[in-house]
Amino acid sequence: MAIVELKVPNVGESINEVTLSSWLVNEGDYVEVDQEICELESDKATLELPAEEAGVIKFVASEGDDLEIGAVVATVDTAAEAPAGDSKDADKKEAKADAGPEEKKADAAETPAEETAEETTYATGHASPAAAKLMKENDLKPEQIKGTGKDGRITKQDVQDALDKGVQAEAKESAPAPSPTPKPAAASGSISMAGGDFSREVRTEKMSRLRRTIADRLVEAKNGTAMLTTFNEVDMEPIMNLRKQYKEKFKEEHGVGLGFMSFFTRACVLALQEFEAVNAQIQGDGKTLQYHDYVDMGIAVSTDRGLVVPVIRNAESLSMAEIEAKVIELATRARKNELDLDEMTGGTFTITNGGVFGSLLSTPILNAPQSAILGMHKIEQRPMAINGEVVIKPMMYVALSYDHRIIDGKESVSFLVRVKDYLEHPEKMLLGADPVQQLLGL
Amino acid sequence: MSDFQYDVTIIGSGPGGYVAAIRCAQLGMKTALIEKYNTLGGTCLNVGCIPSKALLDSTEHVHKAKTEFSEHGIGVGDVNIDFKQMIKRKSEVVQQTCDGVSFLMKKNKVDVHTGVGSFKDAHTISVKPAKGKAQEITTDKVIIATGSKPASLPFIEIDKKRVITSTEALSLEKLPKSMVIIGGGIIGVEMGSVYGRLGVEVTIIEYMDRLIPSMDADLGKEMKKVMSKIGVNILLKHKVKEVKTTTRSVTVKADDPKGEEQTFKAEYCLVAVGRKPYTAGLGLENVGIETNDKGQVPVNEALQTNVENIYAIGDVVRGAMLAHKAEEEGILVAEHLAGQKPHINYRLIPNVAYTWPEAAGVGFTEEELKEEGRTYKVGKFPFKASGRARASMDTDGFVKVLADKETDEILGMHMIGPRIADLIIEGVVAMEYRASAEDIARMSHPHPTYSEAVKEAVLAATEDRALHI
Repeated sequence: MAIVELKVPNVGESINEVTLSSWLVNEGDYVEVDQEICELESDKATLELPAEEAGVIKFVASEGDDLEIGAVVATVDTAAEAPAGDSKDADKKEAKADAGPEEKKADAAETPAEETAEETTYATGHASPAAAKLMKENDLKPEQIKGTGKDGRITKQDVQDALDKGVQAEAKESAPAPSPTPKPAAASGSISMAGGDFSREVRTEKMSRLRRTIADRLVEAKNGTAMLTTFNEVDMEPIMNLRKQYKEKFKEEHGVGLGFMSFFTRACVLALQEFEAVNAQIQGDGKTLQYHDYVDMGIAVSTDRGLVVPVIRNAESLSMAEIEAKVIELATRARKNELDLDEMTGGTFTITNGGVFGSLLSTPILNAPQSAILGMHKIEQRPMAINGEVVIKPMMYVALSYDHRIIDGKESVSFLVRVKDYLEHPEKMLLGADPVQQLLGL
Repeated sequence: MSDFQYDVTIIGSGPGGYVAAIRCAQLGMKTALIEKYNTLGGTCLNVGCIPSKALLDSTEHVHKAKTEFSEHGIGVGDVNIDFKQMIKRKSEVVQQTCDGVSFLMKKNKVDVHTGVGSFKDAHTISVKPAKGKAQEITTDKVIIATGSKPASLPFIEIDKKRVITSTEALSLEKLPKSMVIIGGGIIGVEMGSVYGRLGVEVTIIEYMDRLIPSMDADLGKEMKKVMSKIGVNILLKHKVKEVKTTTRSVTVKADDPKGEEQTFKAEYCLVAVGRKPYTAGLGLENVGIETNDKGQVPVNEALQTNVENIYAIGDVVRGAMLAHKAEEEGILVAEHLAGQKPHINYRLIPNVAYTWPEAAGVGFTEEELKEEGRTYKVGKFPFKASGRARASMDTDGFVKVLADKETDEILGMHMIGPRIADLIIEGVVAMEYRASAEDIARMSHPHPTYSEAVKEAVLAATEDRALHI
């Protein structure tokens, strides 16, 4: 009989670890080639692991385990033969009388599968004295801990590992759960605090892989770069007018709404092509700069699971409608958790919009290894002084966080001024310059 | 806690009490230790384990000099015993060990109060020194570790002159000619071997059908053989009825198994029928603690008494009266007070008799397994077949391993033989980890050592495949 190991595949460049989020088959099931056996959650995407061979599956990892690339998830016993249809044991026995050699094979296959599924001994889950003490102090049960000792004995380190992973006490089964109904007001005379139903309970839970990756990346960006932020403000009136004027027609023509993202993307693309350092990045060796002829625009999307940044490839080649369509598609799929990993890697610049949540001003953190990120904010009616008069204008603050190691102040400020200029004069985006000046050859 | 002088006060400085004090101090508690006597260490250090071991070792040398040296090719002529010097050396060993405890208390900043500790209330303890005024100390928690005293039988009066306990037996001034020992338990056989080897005519009278009845029956049988070899007269199933003293001798009357009365006359009668918890003068009545019918202080699993802030450990509570059991309990209470959750597996506290050869056991005895109706297998290996044992002329005894018939898990380990008091720990470790007999059999045991007998016994238990027999 041959046992094939199913390992965590190489899912992407910067991915070292995945979490086994759930099994899609049961232990001991007969799986077909390419049948999806489990879901692996990586930094940003969820992917299904297909079985490479058909056979009876035996789990090696458990749900919730963090697995390194190449780690064994399960084994498949290829010697086992597919069960005939839905036939249950009883059916088999009945069929045995005249099944002949074929049945024998099936039997032979079944036995080893059973054996492998049952590798526990009387000592599995037995905790060493020090481990037992640590478990008791943390209210943990042997079932919650994977014993790595001989025959699955639980070592002190196993308990420590479980605690580090955030394994915690199960709700006590028989102990009276903290009753949500307040106790009968026994001391009728005493004054209770605002109804008395406050709590000082704390709750701990395991950080999701995505959240941990976000955390690591953000700290890395903050610590590993010379990041600072420059601000500007944009009079949004021209774009708003333009939208108002062409909204219906645009939708009719292209099937997507005309939002702000296309204008910002376009403005950035044009500015990035002019200020190429903003679209460049420092290589891992810290000695080489990599410039890009193209703009792969990352768009930060908020999802239930956390922030993800899908990438619009060659954004410089796309029309406004194509950008809008792409933004909608990526955002939708991000929220449905359907994005592939490579759709989220390799951006050269990122736009993040805190304005949708009402942020007036913020300093975004770089999406490493990119060198700059543009932060959009909410549009607010503000009195502006224009030509000596106070005029109410729909204004938006924009922020550009950038890596000062690669981008000089002059470039970053000029970049943001250029973006502002494009947004306030959208017609310039057509040709990358003032059309009138173009016409006049100025 | 700041309302009291001490976070914790321990009454009694035996191995349970002083170890509890050290652990409490390690855990940051302000700790006091009360001891009635001028030396710390309690029974174990002063009149128990340490002095008896000192004498056992001395007499073992005598025994070897008398019976084995010539075989080794060493001629020493007539072996001369200076019993006074033997007792003096013993006292020095005791002194050094007790001083060591005093040093440990200083090192751990434990305040030692000398005097009889007595409860005024749950948080106040008066300490009455032998001379001078009682002084009161206040404490948040209390650990009772007052230990035990030798027990007796209702009709025996211990006059400490002719009818003595182990305490006196460890400090006799002159080597007696004869001694009757009532009780063939661990204390009885230990003292029996001390005096038997010194040429004293020793008779052990035991009520049960074997020696060391708390241990596996095979050990008792082998012990009888070994003791008989050194000339100790052993009478089993004998019921002592009467002990009468004159100024120079003592007469013990007992019924033999047939019910016929036998009379034994000796210079001393050592009463070794066990020990009883000691709580006299402790003032338990002032805090509302009542001892049970065995004189023990009742405690829960955390060794807490019915008074919330008062704990008790060691001989004064239920369980085997062993120094190492008391130590574990001292640590358990200290850690419990610090909010930790330690646990003691009482089944795995080894029991040891320091005779020569030594006897020790841990886990289930064969009798207990039979009683529980468990299916088990036995692996046994005699020291006769051990090269190491032959080299040292210690070929008495064996190692016996009991393992579950189905799972091969080691359920008990019992041994009698050379240095096995140090060897029994292999059984403790194995059983704490629930090792199977084969697990231990697959671990390398150094050659040539007595430990190989353990390996051979587990091999025998695994599937009857001992190598050297």
